[in-house]
Amino acid sequence: MSSVLYDAPGPRARQRNIALSIVFFLLLALLLWWAWGKMDDKNQLEWALWEPFVTAQAWNTYLLPGLGNTIKAAALSVVIALPLGAVFGIARMSDHRWVRVPAGVVVEFFRAVPVLLLMLFAMEFYVRSTNVSSDDRPFYAVVTGLVLYNASVLAEVVRAGILSLPKGQTEAAYAVGLRKGQTMSSILLPQAVTVMLPAIVSQLVVIVKDTALGGVMLTFPELMSSRSTLAANYANVVPSFIVVGIIFVALNFALTTFASWLERRLRRSKRGTGKVLGAEDVEELNAAEVGGSFGAGAGGSI
Amino acid sequence: MFDFLEGYDVLGAFWTTVQLTALSAVGSLVWGTLLAGMRVSPVPLMRGFGTAYVNIVRNIPLTVIIVFSSLGLADIFGVTMGASDDFKLQGFRLAVLSLSAYTAAFVCEAIRSGINTVPVGQAEAARAIGLSFSQSLRLIVLPQAFRAVIAPLANVLIALTKNTTVAAAIGVAEAATLMKTMLENEAQTIAVGALFALGFVVLTLPTGLLLGWVGKRMAVKR
Repeated sequence: MSSVLYDAPGPRARQRNIALSIVFFLLLALLLWWAWGKMDDKNQLEWALWEPFVTAQAWNTYLLPGLGNTIKAAALSVVIALPLGAVFGIARMSDHRWVRVPAGVVVEFFRAVPVLLLMLFAMEFYVRSTNVSSDDRPFYAVVTGLVLYNASVLAEVVRAGILSLPKGQTEAAYAVGLRKGQTMSSILLPQAVTVMLPAIVSQLVVIVKDTALGGVMLTFPELMSSRSTLAANYANVVPSFIVVGIIFVALNFALTTFASWLERRLRRSKRGTGKVLGAEDVEELNAAEVGGSFGAGAGGSI
Repeated sequence: MFDFLEGYDVLGAFWTTVQLTALSAVGSLVWGTLLAGMRVSPVPLMRGFGTAYVNIVRNIPLTVIIVFSSLGLADIFGVTMGASDDFKLQGFRLAVLSLSAYTAAFVCEAIRSGINTVPVGQAEAARAIGLSFSQSLRLIVLPQAFRAVIAPLANVLIALTKNTTVAAAIGVAEAATLMKTMLENEAQTIAVGALFALGFVVLTLPTGLLLGWVGKRMAVKR
């Protein structure tokens, strides 16, 4: 589409493009030069501050355990949230009002509340009402917050996935005499899982990003909080941020790329209905559009 | 029953949340539109910059960006946002800056997908009557694109409202910060939790309903 916005450049357009490129390049260079100068002033460029990242010790003591905890929390959250989300998503499509409405209220409520609030509340709940040891508490709280929030997002994904299937699938299932439950479990859900796969993988990116919140606010020892212990040890604020940023980008970029590869592959495949829920569909997931009862579409994928 | 509220400025905290949301929304809309313009522009360097910015910022946790704005931008790079002696104001402004920078990536993607909904013929017609790239983008494509992206942008706005809580990581006195203090000091955990959750439902629900309705009315029927 973008190439439709302009013609193939002629001589004058080419000159203008080159001029704009040079101006833009100079602006970027100026920014970099300024940042470089400031880092030099504060001695952030000294090799001693970067050296830890090429030694095994910094990785083994700080970064890798942190990354491990990030992945552990994210994986556990998605494993718990997925079945929970499926239950709520299906309940929201129930024929019975007394099932549909409460499920809808729960899903919309947890989608509208920030994850941080859920984590803080879970933390306090574990402190007061359970005997979870204080070492495990942050982990429990982070996972609880992530599960509550993401189960309700995934509930919407499941619902959108099932609703995206052609009506003929349900009708054919009824025609051969299957019950409602049988239709759901043996006809609709298996097909919907394929439809939803890319959306679920891209929701993983959101979960990984949100674990960092637990590190800063709840002292859960994931990548962000191991960064602060590392920086306290080596006094390398900027280098540690750059390295941790690169780790996060690499991890999430791999997930995003995998999701879009999956999406393309599923769209191409001859089996199935050719329907796929991609990352962008989830971002725009709006209760009103999926034919919901009420709801505001609570910004699923950011 | 509501005696746990005594001595806390709940409304003030939510007012800070609203201010953070509103200022960052304006900032991210401007910066995001510029980024979207870069991503579809004929200049390869700008296209590359736009793509790189969106891909990097979307994949970094907002927490990392906000904490960096305080520990890195302010302390190392000396970006104090004109409030070097007022720590609270500085935190607030840094939070607005980070939230804008982060949300702009999502705004850019929403607008770019809106540009894709404008029929090819519109841009072709614009070029046929001799409009330049920036003219056809400004006068023909973006006005139609914006009408199509009101609902997606409403989703971004709601997500932004919820993301302002991350500013608690650098001590901005907004809703989540106050909730943390109240949870630690008050006995009625459930009541405190419900109060703040309700506050966010009140903030996000009307936004979504109103903008969803506006989006439906404004969308170009094709």
